[in-house]
Amino acid sequence: MELGFTTAVYVVAAVLFILSLGGLSGQESAKRAVWYGIVGMGLAVLATLIGPGGGLWYLSAILIAAGGLIGYQLASKVEMTQMPELVAGMHALVGLAAVFVGFNAHFELGNVAGMDEAAKKSLEGFAALLAKKSAVEINILRVEASLGIWIGAVTFTGSVIAYGKLAGKVTSAATKLPGGHILNAGAAAISIISLIGYLNSGGLLPLLILTVMALFIGYHLIMGIGGADMPVVVSMLNSYSGWAAAAIGFSLGNDLLIVVGALVGSSGAILSYIMCKAMNRSFVSVILGGFGAAVGPQMEVEGEQIAIDADGVAAALEEADSVIIIPGYGMAVAQAQQNVAELTRRLRAKGKEVRFAIHPVAGRLPGHMNVLLAEAKVPYDIVLEMDEINEDFPETDVSIVIGSNDIVNPAAQDDPNSPIAGMPVLECWKSKQVFVSKRGQGTGYSGIENPLFFKENTRMFYGDAKASLDKLLTLIT
Amino acid sequence: MDLTNSHFVLLPIGNTDHASGDQTLNSKRADTLKIGTPKEISEGEARVAMTPESASALQKLGHECLMEAGAGLAAGFSDEAYKAAGVEVVKTAAALWKGADIIAKVRPPNATEAKRLTEGKTLISFFYPAQNETQMSKIAAQGASVIAMDMVPRISRAQKMDALSSMANIAGYRAVIEAGNNFGRFFTGQITAAGKVPPAKVLVIGAGVAGLAAIGTATSLGAITYAFDVRPEVAEQIESMGAEFVFLDFEEAQQDGAATGGYAAPSSPEFREKQLEKFRELAPDIDIVITTALIPGRDAPKLWLADMVAAMKPGSVVVDLAAERGGNCDLTVADEKVVSDNGVTVIGYTDFPSRMAAQSSTLYSTNIRHMMFDLTPEKDGVVNHDMEDDVIRGATVTHAGEVTFPPPPPKVQAIAAKPKEKAKEKTREELQAEEMAAFKLQTRNQVGMLAIGGALMLLVGAYAPASFMQHFIVFVLSVFVGFQVIWNVSHSLHTPLMAVTNAISSIIILGAVLQIGSGSMLVIILAAISVFFAGINIFGGFLVTRRMLAMFQKS
Repeated sequence: MELGFTTAVYVVAAVLFILSLGGLSGQESAKRAVWYGIVGMGLAVLATLIGPGGGLWYLSAILIAAGGLIGYQLASKVEMTQMPELVAGMHALVGLAAVFVGFNAHFELGNVAGMDEAAKKSLEGFAALLAKKSAVEINILRVEASLGIWIGAVTFTGSVIAYGKLAGKVTSAATKLPGGHILNAGAAAISIISLIGYLNSGGLLPLLILTVMALFIGYHLIMGIGGADMPVVVSMLNSYSGWAAAAIGFSLGNDLLIVVGALVGSSGAILSYIMCKAMNRSFVSVILGGFGAAVGPQMEVEGEQIAIDADGVAAALEEADSVIIIPGYGMAVAQAQQNVAELTRRLRAKGKEVRFAIHPVAGRLPGHMNVLLAEAKVPYDIVLEMDEINEDFPETDVSIVIGSNDIVNPAAQDDPNSPIAGMPVLECWKSKQVFVSKRGQGTGYSGIENPLFFKENTRMFYGDAKASLDKLLTLIT
Repeated sequence: MDLTNSHFVLLPIGNTDHASGDQTLNSKRADTLKIGTPKEISEGEARVAMTPESASALQKLGHECLMEAGAGLAAGFSDEAYKAAGVEVVKTAAALWKGADIIAKVRPPNATEAKRLTEGKTLISFFYPAQNETQMSKIAAQGASVIAMDMVPRISRAQKMDALSSMANIAGYRAVIEAGNNFGRFFTGQITAAGKVPPAKVLVIGAGVAGLAAIGTATSLGAITYAFDVRPEVAEQIESMGAEFVFLDFEEAQQDGAATGGYAAPSSPEFREKQLEKFRELAPDIDIVITTALIPGRDAPKLWLADMVAAMKPGSVVVDLAAERGGNCDLTVADEKVVSDNGVTVIGYTDFPSRMAAQSSTLYSTNIRHMMFDLTPEKDGVVNHDMEDDVIRGATVTHAGEVTFPPPPPKVQAIAAKPKEKAKEKTREELQAEEMAAFKLQTRNQVGMLAIGGALMLLVGAYAPASFMQHFIVFVLSVFVGFQVIWNVSHSLHTPLMAVTNAISSIIILGAVLQIGSGSMLVIILAAISVFFAGINIFGGFLVTRRMLAMFQKS
């Protein structure tokens, strides 16, 4: 098949990918947008398989089918609460693939360099492209390939660690090896030195050193970031996997790879930016891990936490006209979204206004809560963002906080010394009554005391979110 | 009930140290206390201070409940209902006063009842201590404690025991109902086959709890409601209830009504003149007037004068909720309904809450229950009369043989909300200038960015070979498109976005597919693994996205 045909298909695929991302601006158009993505991917793969340079296409086809089978199994079995883990895990695959493709570029370069003119003529595909390159171009190619390998390797270990943290297999606390950021900086420096070494020698060893350093950075960087910052981490890794693909695209001279890599990379970067903004923290401080040092003593929290039982909550809900539910990671952990949805249905059936307030960083993945609520069939038009609903709290009778903590912490506004000072929060304490469903009296992920729990109009509804809601549902018919 | 107080900000109130105020009411600490409610003896009083529901809640606090036989009948609660709730029904009032340690009732005690308050007993009721000083000192001398429900400080924490508010709420509602009863027309406007009915126009004077309740009731019946209050800050509350605020064109340094505990302060003569002038102007149009204006410690101000009544249409109704304190209307006669010469009905009843005894008893008994809740912090039936607690201290008028009225000012200021600085309305020119400035800034930023970006591109172009530049332009454009597109992605779809971008980032498969045809075995193996992984990713990513999106449903 002609090269022109492949390029034409690539253009179509690129347009489809852009439409696919653009279509995610609304729930309805998103359903169509996924098909654009699928068709774009199908076209791109097919054109590459049958196009020039696609040798051993039957092997590729078999492997894609086998991979597809596993992917299908994974995707249809995964619980919606495990979405963050799945996404993190899949990033690892992309990262690893990028590393391998990068190494392949290096090997091919070596092979081609060893050939004589006649042999070079008979080459086709990628190798033929390599054969035509001048010395400067080969150096640029090496930089590109190393960059692809480096980013891919960081993505790989980073994603594996993120997966472990999200799945609870690795401690979610921020842990660092002694030396902290010096180690990262050192590893980065060694990477640069090996890159220079690789450019000069063209040998495998510097490239391997560079890869190992990148693997270490990925591991150490993500280990040092706490569980609460996972939304940023996952979107950041998403971004990295895109940049890795783009870098590989450069080294292979494949425009579609560059286009898609750039799209994915910028998408992840924007998501990270949005998440950071939602926490009022700079990207750098999230990446470097941990909260900034507190500038002074935090405000003393006065008062006591007043508990309430299911009867009391049920009675208050019976009387309330408007209810806002604020879900957090705790709801996902307790798998309580079905109960929350059932409660919503029953309250709505009684003519009460029930809405959901979603903080941008609720959960462990951008938009995590929306997906869980959608799974439980909560209509999306009653699920609102922080900015849309924050002004409505004073007119709300009852706010129910289910498994969230820092995102409803009034200290962010009241206490300039609080580690989360300035972070935008859901002002649920302004509603007439607040119920907090919480396992115990402990502090949240960030370990900050929450004055909300001590407010006069707050009642603590202790217990596992799912069990508590079960009890509540028996009282509300 | 918290209508007047809705502009209160909830303050973190200090943890009142119960241990320090270790004065128990009763020497027999270990025994559970008995709370008793006698039958109200004032004529026409139908309310009762304990309902079967509140009794069961009180028992949860560890108290025993007593009831005089027939006490709840007028409010619609039978003795059987009380018995079913675990209340001991006592035959006579005398036995009840003797048996109970805490007596909860509605009206202030009369002389006989006061005598029955022997040492150690506590009375919880309306008391009006300022008007009842002799009785108060007598009870103090007897060694009994009195908690006056009308003295509960008006702070946020005490809203749940604010019986004045809960009664005012009922009075406001009932005032509209009484008005409707005496008003010969619909409230709501209707166009029927039998002709057009204009909507009733209701004016509510004084937007306290009663006023706001009246506004809400009148509005929901379909009337066009106007409301007036000397405190301009309540305009928002009035509008939130669906009425129109009657504005006075008057420049005066307004005293913050909030500073006097939610009541209005007396106004200057000039202001009053202006106000009356406005009322005079409104009078001919208004069908129903409901006045609720009270100033603490004074007679009710006269606001609806005889000439205004005369200006009203025949069949109109004036309901004066301030009748007990002399009335806001010139023609008001307390406890009576009078008809003016021009056929305007003026209602001066003072027993509105009692006219809805079932409702008012439920609310009042809940106020009492909350008071007991604060008096029994340990829920063990032991009363801790903590005089360090602002609310309890404020409401207690006699304790331990002494008169404790008037209370010191509460430690927590009632009002924390500061009057908001009104944002100045910007003129058209200012707005335009601002827009221009913002536009210029944006242009400058964009041009700057473009210049820097262009320079960088030139720099790269000067050194990099042409083949690289080709790809580089594609890359830069893609990043640009990506940024433009992603900003529009809706917040709730961020997870599907990640899944989709994850799926399409497996485009890396193209690289692997291109390399798999290589001659070298190592390359083939590595490429094969890559193809396999990317395959998992493509199918997994897209499928999971579809699964997620299929779940998003509109209601």
